[in-house]
Amino acid sequence: MSKKTMVSFTLNGSEVDVAVEPRELLIHTLREKCLHTGPHIGCETSHCGACTVDFNGMSVKSCTLLTVQAEGADVKTVEGLAQGGELHALQEGFMQEHGLQCGFCTPGMLMRAYRLLQENPDPTEAEIRYWMAGNLCRCTGYQNIVKAVQYAARKLRDGTAESSHPLIEADAAHTH
Amino acid sequence: MIPRPFEYHAPQSLPEALALLGAHGDTAKLLAGGHSLLPMMKLRFAQPEHLIDLGKLEELHGIREENGVLWIGAMTTENELIWSALLEAKCPLLIEGAKQIADPQVRYRGTLGGDITHGDPGNDHPALMIALDASFVLQGAQGERVVPADGFFVGTYATLIEPTEILTGIRIPVPAAGTGYCYAKLKRKTGDFATAASAVTLRMRDGHVDDVRIALTNVGDTVIRATDAEDALRGQPFDDAHVDQAARRAMAACNPLPDLRGDEDYKRAMAGEMTRRALRTAYERSAH
Repeated sequence: MSKKTMVSFTLNGSEVDVAVEPRELLIHTLREKCLHTGPHIGCETSHCGACTVDFNGMSVKSCTLLTVQAEGADVKTVEGLAQGGELHALQEGFMQEHGLQCGFCTPGMLMRAYRLLQENPDPTEAEIRYWMAGNLCRCTGYQNIVKAVQYAARKLRDGTAESSHPLIEADAAHTH
Repeated sequence: MIPRPFEYHAPQSLPEALALLGAHGDTAKLLAGGHSLLPMMKLRFAQPEHLIDLGKLEELHGIREENGVLWIGAMTTENELIWSALLEAKCPLLIEGAKQIADPQVRYRGTLGGDITHGDPGNDHPALMIALDASFVLQGAQGERVVPADGFFVGTYATLIEPTEILTGIRIPVPAAGTGYCYAKLKRKTGDFATAASAVTLRMRDGHVDDVRIALTNVGDTVIRATDAEDALRGQPFDDAHVDQAARRAMAACNPLPDLRGDEDYKRAMAGEMTRRALRTAYERSAH
């Protein structure tokens, strides 16, 4: 009954093959077999979104998906955001705007925001809060996460970014 | 967090899925979006021996209009409903409802058909389907039958669907031009099931209520169509007295269970208030 099957999918651009029982959840495969431990587990009721990954162009909670359902899928995790050692605008935004503290929700927040900004490159604050509602954070109170997403949205749209912090001069604008 | 072991099947066509369902009977469950079934399996409330994944059945996808009737594939996701230009033009109530369901990630996976067939009184689509006068296309090995939403929901997690049937599509008559609508949902936070909610469609003619449908979410062991409340309005002028009477009758139709969302009295009162608000908004949106 619990015979293992081979599942092949693309993870951050690389092909991976894993042998899993049908009952194995994608989050466990990512963390324990693929050793991508950025996606986290914060609940067992599909609320917190710490396990969010990008799955065939959708933000999904990988705790509520079976690995066997990922056959042929294109999966992106937080480990795939930076390119050539250069932080993605969102990672830079979360850093510049202090959008994290303990960092446990951050990989899920980043992957959700990654998809959000592709669907809506210029979201209002209300849209950011609504479309990030599947991700819980215990540390930040969300305020700086909104600023971080706004920072990244600006940078992705026109290549410039300015920190909202009055004492910080963002150097992001000079690097591109 | 860890489900019991099971065998996984990923049929490529509807006949293949029906054959698997026939072969495995009561030991099998259909896997749609997986955002009710997998959570129950992770807590071991459900322990099926076979999961039949409907994810590869293209024939269960899509949103089309044919002769004044919308057809929505059962595997259409909540976000696909929300982003549908056709629904925005022809059936905005469904979008207003879907936007209040769960959260973005859940809406990428959870499907209209799964929300309906789960039969959870906390789910929002049953009330929306009744307010929209929808009907459901059920496919079995012997053929297809169509059953109306009103009457489909018979108890908590219990519907008219047979264990050997698959819900393939949902049919919704395009609401007549000028039909008002609203889904008013009270919840503790984004992503929660309703404490109480009310789905309303309303059509006015010559200063009187021509037709109205009212359905209530999560205030009984299943969705409730508030027919007495509808009768308080049909043929009457739309004024505070008649709206109040409808709200009182909606409250009388409730049979809520106390839980962490509130006791019976609170939920009953909120069902009345949601009905009042949904009616007023539906009236504002109607041609009158």
